[in-house]
Amino acid sequence: MGKLTERLKNGIVTENPTFVQMLGMCPTLAVTTSAINGLGMGLTTMVILTLSNFMISLLRKLIPDKVRIPAYIVIIASFVTVVQFLLQAYLPTLNESLGLYIPLIVVNCIILGRAESYASKNKPLPSIFDGIGMGLGFTIGLTVMGIIREVIGAGSIFGYAFMEKANTAIAEGGNEKLADFMAKQGLFEPIGIFVFAPGAFLVLAFVVAFINHRNIKKAAKLGEKAKLCELADCASCDKVCASNPNTASESEVQA
Amino acid sequence: MNIILIAISAALINNVILSQFLGICPFLGVSKKVSTAAGMGGAVIFVMTIASAVTSVIYYFVLVPLSLDYLSTIVFILVIAALVQFVEMFLKKAVPGLYKALGVYLPLITTNCAVLGIALKNVQDDMNILESVVNGMFSAVGFAIAIIIMAGIREKIEDNDVPEAFKGAPIVLITAGLMSIAFMGLQGLIK
Repeated sequence: MGKLTERLKNGIVTENPTFVQMLGMCPTLAVTTSAINGLGMGLTTMVILTLSNFMISLLRKLIPDKVRIPAYIVIIASFVTVVQFLLQAYLPTLNESLGLYIPLIVVNCIILGRAESYASKNKPLPSIFDGIGMGLGFTIGLTVMGIIREVIGAGSIFGYAFMEKANTAIAEGGNEKLADFMAKQGLFEPIGIFVFAPGAFLVLAFVVAFINHRNIKKAAKLGEKAKLCELADCASCDKVCASNPNTASESEVQA
Repeated sequence: MNIILIAISAALINNVILSQFLGICPFLGVSKKVSTAAGMGGAVIFVMTIASAVTSVIYYFVLVPLSLDYLSTIVFILVIAALVQFVEMFLKKAVPGLYKALGVYLPLITTNCAVLGIALKNVQDDMNILESVVNGMFSAVGFAIAIIIMAGIREKIEDNDVPEAFKGAPIVLITAGLMSIAFMGLQGLIK
């Protein structure tokens, strides 16, 4: 059982796909306009990741090595299509707000990356837990991004408009002067740009900078050189996806 | 007229990277130098134009008549992966000069979610084949514009004194955020 919990911890903390490996950036930036969207996208990805890990692990001895990448892509794409139908049927509002990014889960680096580096070499049960762990890590990443953007950009959290409520509460509490002052200073005005495209980049930048700052402090205590968050220069994915390994390594040198 | 509108809106207003977040991975990863960024941009323009044409032809002449349009995700990703391989082999044999310039970037494009994203968007928005090709091509032009500007800025950042914690990914993301604000200003172009 130790190995399975280790898988979970690995996905959520040690190799967190969003904040440590910086994989799957497209959905991380695109759908985190609100906490609920981030959570929904994370869970959808987790379900697909777990299912595809399980299936690929079961088939790992049957898939010939040369055509494994196309085979993985077909398996992942099939699960994505199935999950998309389920969302359309049972969660139509979530399906609408995630829109184009649901079919794009197919090209999410995290899923193909786990298939190649874990599920293709391990037994089904650990692979399932690997999928759940990584999926939870991704979900946490997206939800944190979504919460920050929603709080700053819309003044609400999971749809609960706390800024407006606080403002009216102050006014109703007989403190009209204070409420007036707050409104004039714009203290309860959300900063709209954070739910638009630029906000996504800025929030992620500051979250990563915060993690870097902590790592630097920790390393300084131990007297080591800090390991900074590096941009995955797509190499991790290309290694997986380029069926011609020679061209892939060549391109890494170039890039 | 409609075609020009589609072109401008694809390249500038709904920029694939800065407002739709498609293809973020190469945008952040391959934008250290202007020359490599330009190569990547060229390769994406080339592949995305062909991919848009091929996927929309397949959609309208194969998938829709057989009422298999729900399979578009699976079919498109396979078509794009095969197409990239095919383009690579074809260029290597037929146009070695172009292959030399774009070759190393071609395998990177299969994972570029912009190509699949635009192909799916074309059929989702009911664009005909000509409109799809224009949309694909100019979305890729928008990608090239964004990645080249980014690379130019990053070359300058190299010489600057960036706070320790912001070195690497954060400063690049902040630059992208500022560029995105600038591109939001272009929204007034079409009303």
